[in-house]
Amino acid sequence: MKVLMFGWEFPPHISGGLGTACYGLTRGMSTIPGMDILFVVPKAYGDEDQSRFRVIGAGDVPINIRSVRDQKYLKDLSHIEINSNLVPYTTPEEYEILVNKAENSGRRLVETTMGGKLNFTGTYGKNLYEEIANYAVVAGEIALTNDFDIIHAHDWLTYPAGIAAKRATGKPLVIHVHATDFDRSGGNVNPTVFEIEKTGMHLADKIIAVSNLTRNTVIEKYGIDPNKVHTVYNAVDPLHDHEKLQLKRGINDKVVTFLGRVTMQKGPEYFVMAAQKVLQKMDNVRFVMAGSGELLEKMIHWTAALGVSDRFHYTGFLKGDDVFRMFSISDVYVMPSVSEPFGISPLEAMQSNVPSIISYQSGVAEILKHAFKVDFWDVDAMADAIYGLLNYPALSTMFIKFGAQEVHDMKWENSGKKVLAIYKEFVQ
Amino acid sequence: MRTICLYFQVHQPFRFRRYRFFDIGNDHYYYDDYSNESILQKVAQKSYLPANAIMLELILKHKGKFKLAFSISGIALEQFKLYAPEVLESFQKLAETGQVEFLSETYSHSLCALHGREEFERQVNAHRALIKEHFGQEPSVFRNTELIYSDEIGSMVARMGFKAMLTEGAKHVLGWKSPNFLYCNAINPKLKLLLKNYKLSDDIAFRFSNKGWHEYPLTAEKFVSWLNQIPEREEVINLFMDYETFGEHQWKESGIFDFLKAFPDSVFNNSSFSFSTPSEVAKKLQVVAAANVPNPISWADEERDLTAWLGNEMQQEAFHKLYSLEKKVYASGDKIIEQDYAYLQVSDHFYYMSTKFFSDGEVHSYFNPYASPYEAFINYMNILSDFEIRVNAGILSDTDDQVSRLSKIIKEKDEQLEKLEKRLADKKKPVIAKKAATSKPAATMPAIKKAAGTEPPIDIKKAPSKKKK
Repeated sequence: MKVLMFGWEFPPHISGGLGTACYGLTRGMSTIPGMDILFVVPKAYGDEDQSRFRVIGAGDVPINIRSVRDQKYLKDLSHIEINSNLVPYTTPEEYEILVNKAENSGRRLVETTMGGKLNFTGTYGKNLYEEIANYAVVAGEIALTNDFDIIHAHDWLTYPAGIAAKRATGKPLVIHVHATDFDRSGGNVNPTVFEIEKTGMHLADKIIAVSNLTRNTVIEKYGIDPNKVHTVYNAVDPLHDHEKLQLKRGINDKVVTFLGRVTMQKGPEYFVMAAQKVLQKMDNVRFVMAGSGELLEKMIHWTAALGVSDRFHYTGFLKGDDVFRMFSISDVYVMPSVSEPFGISPLEAMQSNVPSIISYQSGVAEILKHAFKVDFWDVDAMADAIYGLLNYPALSTMFIKFGAQEVHDMKWENSGKKVLAIYKEFVQ
Repeated sequence: MRTICLYFQVHQPFRFRRYRFFDIGNDHYYYDDYSNESILQKVAQKSYLPANAIMLELILKHKGKFKLAFSISGIALEQFKLYAPEVLESFQKLAETGQVEFLSETYSHSLCALHGREEFERQVNAHRALIKEHFGQEPSVFRNTELIYSDEIGSMVARMGFKAMLTEGAKHVLGWKSPNFLYCNAINPKLKLLLKNYKLSDDIAFRFSNKGWHEYPLTAEKFVSWLNQIPEREEVINLFMDYETFGEHQWKESGIFDFLKAFPDSVFNNSSFSFSTPSEVAKKLQVVAAANVPNPISWADEERDLTAWLGNEMQQEAFHKLYSLEKKVYASGDKIIEQDYAYLQVSDHFYYMSTKFFSDGEVHSYFNPYASPYEAFINYMNILSDFEIRVNAGILSDTDDQVSRLSKIIKEKDEQLEKLEKRLADKKKPVIAKKAATSKPAATMPAIKKAAGTEPPIDIKKAPSKKKK
């Protein structure tokens, strides 16, 4: 079976869990005999793992101007205002003139390089909507020039691309919901993003959600027929040897770690509150907030105001091996997410023999047994769990023993098989 | 004589409240009064009261032919007194008929038989006194918590003067042998053993309302027909189960009370079986063999072993930590500490920490107030940490008294010395005072206390030198 997949990021160039999940799933699916996957990202760097599938960057695909002009499927995507005129490579001055001219006539321009290619940053910058739209343009082109049976688009950034590919070819579209804007915004959704998500979900033939929590959001908040939405849980890759690297611990204190974006969605303030409670009872413990985000400064100020700065450490954003180094010196991992569609990081912590405390408001809580579960707002319970893990050694022993086994049994291959079963409703 | 021996277990734990680590050292009340009271009253209404009413009716109806035995934990009796005195009265009414035997067990439904003899004897004696007080009987038959038994435990029970003991007819112990005979302890043959017929007992206790069971529905007649199929020479059918089987584990709607009501009639009309109490069985029947049980067994789960309470690291850590406090608890002489110590031993607390059936839940999740065994463990350990502080404080305050008494003596001697030195100095040239070592009470006190306890501290110079020993 040939699959055309659209994603926004791919390891090693990632900014969060989405790229890791896409990679894991793709790898897991690629172990199934007969699977042929073409994974498209806006920008490819050439150092992506391509041992079992192909990864291409949309920026490397030349656009046939005439065919794009003829693509009717782009017209309906009005919310991202694709009424494109492709222009060949120009100087910035010329481009600006053209843009002004086009804007006056109600059209939008897409700038290409000399070879008829589009430029993508593949990030989440200020031209994000434009990139999403451009990505859809290229998606249509890729769909027309490649042979495949089914389209699979990961998260809202790629839904327009998926739709474009579907319109261009009539092939079935599966969209994969790793998160919704309700998770990211804490309920205060961005109307444009919501619209893109909703359109994607309605036009998709099947929707895969990463947890029942997310599935319910899709059904209730976006008004989707429950029969169309399936839950496929994420998994985690086994650790590589270099990831088992042990960092030598320079201190005798216990280490409790928060690792993730420091944003409202991840609940960093509950971590601080729980930490403060623990520090009132014991002093041989340090708390690490690893990650960056819009609440980071606030957290730094707050821990200072609470008088616990000397016990709090901020590492900034960690990626790659640094994540595993951080785990190797941690005694407890805490994920107090307010809304977490899945949450792979506790699985990574458990792989590194770090007991995890997770919120019930995370998708991973639906499947993990050997993690301590609390409500994100229940700071007392969270503090109690941290204290228990630090003070009653049998608890950590149990968590490490059973947790490692439990995570070991969560394989991307199994997630891949479930995705295949969904494909098979359309393709034999 | 072929006979049926009925024994029912009555127990309810004192459940703990949610006890956070920041309560440690601040709040010494551990119990969830609300759930203890509401659960007890619910079980009383659904099970104990209606079942006791039926038992009384059956005893009166069959005039001396229908008999049974109860074992009621001390903790359950305390809760009856607190929350449902009418339940205690209904048991007392049953006791008055003379057809009901009350067995002995540990006061707090404890696992202390696995720890050591001293606490075990303390608990059993406390329970014995309680049974005597409420039911006017001196128990002669013992049943250990969860029917836990081994050769060693049996021998310990025999030494305490019991004539018989109840345990599980575990397949891995009996092998091809039948539980339907009287056995004896392998170390001390004087102690008779009654073994549970788990097949027939569990048909009532676990399978009665199971619609997927091929024998469903179970009627008294059908059950008696099974009894009749048992070979003639097998003498006693021990049906042992939780009393909550009637009305709580098997709901009233399942017809369990109708089964109970019809059972004696069916037995008398359709079989040659009689009913006997455990002590009657022990007295009348001949022992056929000794049961060899080197490793402890219980009536729990398929394995019939201890893994439901002591199967994982958390349970073991909690168990060892708890019993490591034993000496200090009784050294404190504090009745409330002793009471909490007993309540901390209730086997249910350890059961809640079991990870055995974490994956498929079922029996272990029944009545479990915790979302996971990990929560149960943290809660227990928090309470135990506070308890330990109290136990140590009890002993410390005692030490403090001695320290201050001794400090006073030192001070007096110091002053005396000073006076004498002054007098000496007045007469002669200045002399170097030798009292340096007396000025650090904290460091020297433990040693002085030891010395002072046995002999009067006469010479101040001796105290510091003793410290070095």
